[in-house]
Amino acid sequence: MQASITRLTERPTLWPWLLLTPLALYLAIFFVVPLVDVVVMSFTEPKPTLSNYTHVLTGALYQRVFINTFATALLVTVVCLVVGYPLAYLMTRVSPRSAMLILTLVTMSFWTSFLVRTYAWMVLLGDSGPIIALVRALGVQDPPHLLFTRFSSTLAMVHILAPYMIMNIYSVMRKIDPVLIRSAQSLGAKSGSLFRHVYLPLTAPGIANGSVLVFVICLGFYVTPVLLGSPREQMIAGLIGHQIDEFLAFGLGSAMAVVLLLITLTILTIYHRRFGLDKLWG
Amino acid sequence: MTSYLQLTGISKTYGTFAALSKVDLAVDKGEFITFLGPSGSGKTTTLMIIAGFEKASTGDVLIDGGSITAMAPHERNIGIVFQNYGLFPHKRAIENVYFPLQMRGAARAEGLRKAAAMLDLVGLKDLGSRYPKELSGGQQQRVALARALVFEPSLLLLDEPLGALDKNLREQMQIEIKRIQRALGVTTVFVTHDQSEAMSMSDRIVVFDKGRIEQAATPLDIYHRPQTKFVAGFVGESNLIEAVVTDAGSRLATSPALGEIEYAPSETAAPGKPVMLMIRPEHIRLSRRPIEGRRNAAMKIETIVNYGDNALVIGNSSGVPMRVRVLGADVVILKEGDDCHISWMPDAVFPITA
Ligand SMILES: Nc1ncnc2c1ncn2[C@@H]1O[C@H](COP(=O)(O)OP(=O)(O)OP(=O)(O)O)[C@@H](O)[C@H]1O
Ligand SMILES: [Mg+2]
Repeated sequence: MQASITRLTERPTLWPWLLLTPLALYLAIFFVVPLVDVVVMSFTEPKPTLSNYTHVLTGALYQRVFINTFATALLVTVVCLVVGYPLAYLMTRVSPRSAMLILTLVTMSFWTSFLVRTYAWMVLLGDSGPIIALVRALGVQDPPHLLFTRFSSTLAMVHILAPYMIMNIYSVMRKIDPVLIRSAQSLGAKSGSLFRHVYLPLTAPGIANGSVLVFVICLGFYVTPVLLGSPREQMIAGLIGHQIDEFLAFGLGSAMAVVLLLITLTILTIYHRRFGLDKLWG
Repeated sequence: MTSYLQLTGISKTYGTFAALSKVDLAVDKGEFITFLGPSGSGKTTTLMIIAGFEKASTGDVLIDGGSITAMAPHERNIGIVFQNYGLFPHKRAIENVYFPLQMRGAARAEGLRKAAAMLDLVGLKDLGSRYPKELSGGQQQRVALARALVFEPSLLLLDEPLGALDKNLREQMQIEIKRIQRALGVTTVFVTHDQSEAMSMSDRIVVFDKGRIEQAATPLDIYHRPQTKFVAGFVGESNLIEAVVTDAGSRLATSPALGEIEYAPSETAAPGKPVMLMIRPEHIRLSRRPIEGRRNAAMKIETIVNYGDNALVIGNSSGVPMRVRVLGADVVILKEGDDCHISWMPDAVFPITA
């Protein structure tokens, strides 16, 4: 009797886990196995030593690329924040219909393919593109190059990543109880101090979520910086691809990938300690 | 003498719907006023107009003789406690209370000292370092109250602040709020739709219905001398008997069902005027036989609602439904279906002319 009751109550707790099997298998085959392979290669290719890591950690080129990667990710994050915060705020102030419209426009970049978007930027920003033409028409003699610069790659990455920032901030802003704002006003807060002491701190979780997400995704960006950025300002993923495509330096590429992964995990761990990763996804 | 807070001809329309129509009210300094009324009667709207969060369609709000209608909410120096408290979740209790002082440019040390003293006054001496979510509902309530009072507001507004609390805590907080309000002498407008709360706390009750003020008077007057049928029906239990004044001199009115009834002194009753005669259930006596010296009527008991120490007996007297409050031992011997007599004194009959 007792046993059958236990069986009955245990059964349903097992089932949900079973549903995860396909996903677990998929991840094991296509993610864990290659990842382990990468780690192994970083120590064994071409010979089993630590030399790949000493290269990656001490070589001037690699250091420069790592620093550039972080600088770019930081820049993109800040621009996303500066553009996204007011837009998210706007969405909370307009009618639900207009908010939906803005949200659709913002996430439009999700619906178009990565490559199409990137080539669209090439057309727009190219030397014979409409923007340069417009600048010329306005009488500027020798307009600067826009394409293949830090500007073009940053712009494209912001375009791709801003929705993450906006949706994170918007979801937090929308949940703010209007009574808190009224309370602050009744207690004597003018709009400036209301923002600084109440609204900003209350939206901080959204800012943190959005920023970490944008920063971490940006660290691993490959296509956009390679196709749109300046060749002199490579990002780490581009360099990894380069090492493997051109020099078949699997060990070195893997070591870079492992270092990048460790740095990313460190950032996420710190974030988790501070805010809790579970909040990252809204 | 002019009043401290004055509302003159306040109306508020949403589209074609009139949420408030022609509200006039004068509140004295230090007075504790309660807005009482059914849901949707305009209590919150009035409060929000005073606070500056809603704009009146017409009319003016004056404090100390000066109009505040053009002022933004943050300029009005009015303390508000909302039903769900509105405490800042990212600030500790003490910082919440310090906030209005901070907004007024107080020095930090001095401001925090004042905030601590105010927390002490509301009975939260040791809980200043807690975040709102670490406090119980009643404690959050006290923090909100302290925060609304610490900057010495010209007015304190409370919108159903006790609505979320259980009955015991509610009663405790009613006493607390009264004590603090008296100690500080702050003019207070309190919104509730709980009439016993209104009765026990207020200097004066303002009864709202459908965006109008039905009556503004002391709790005793509201209960014993309601000016309108609505007030009589809304506040407490009442029996309302339709009648027409036949002899204003000897204070007699005639009800088609119950005949001639003598009523208490009234200034507004005039011969030929239709009136509602109000008798509170606790002013009616139930007996087996008619009682000499009182106005008697036969009644058949239909329902008995037992409350433990008392019961409400609902019956029918010549087609008029009557409610009688019965206390103590009498409750036990009554049965539904019994025939009995009800009686009352003329003083218990209050004529309502509006
Ligand atoms: N923004 C608005 N738009 C349209 N109608 C509104 C708006 N705000 C309030 N009303 C209406 O005005 C009337 C008065 O509302 P109010 O909130 O003042 O009622 P209340 O007396 O506080 O009721 P409760 O006891 O339920 O809180 C209600 O009928 C309400 O539906
Ligand atoms: Mg209300």
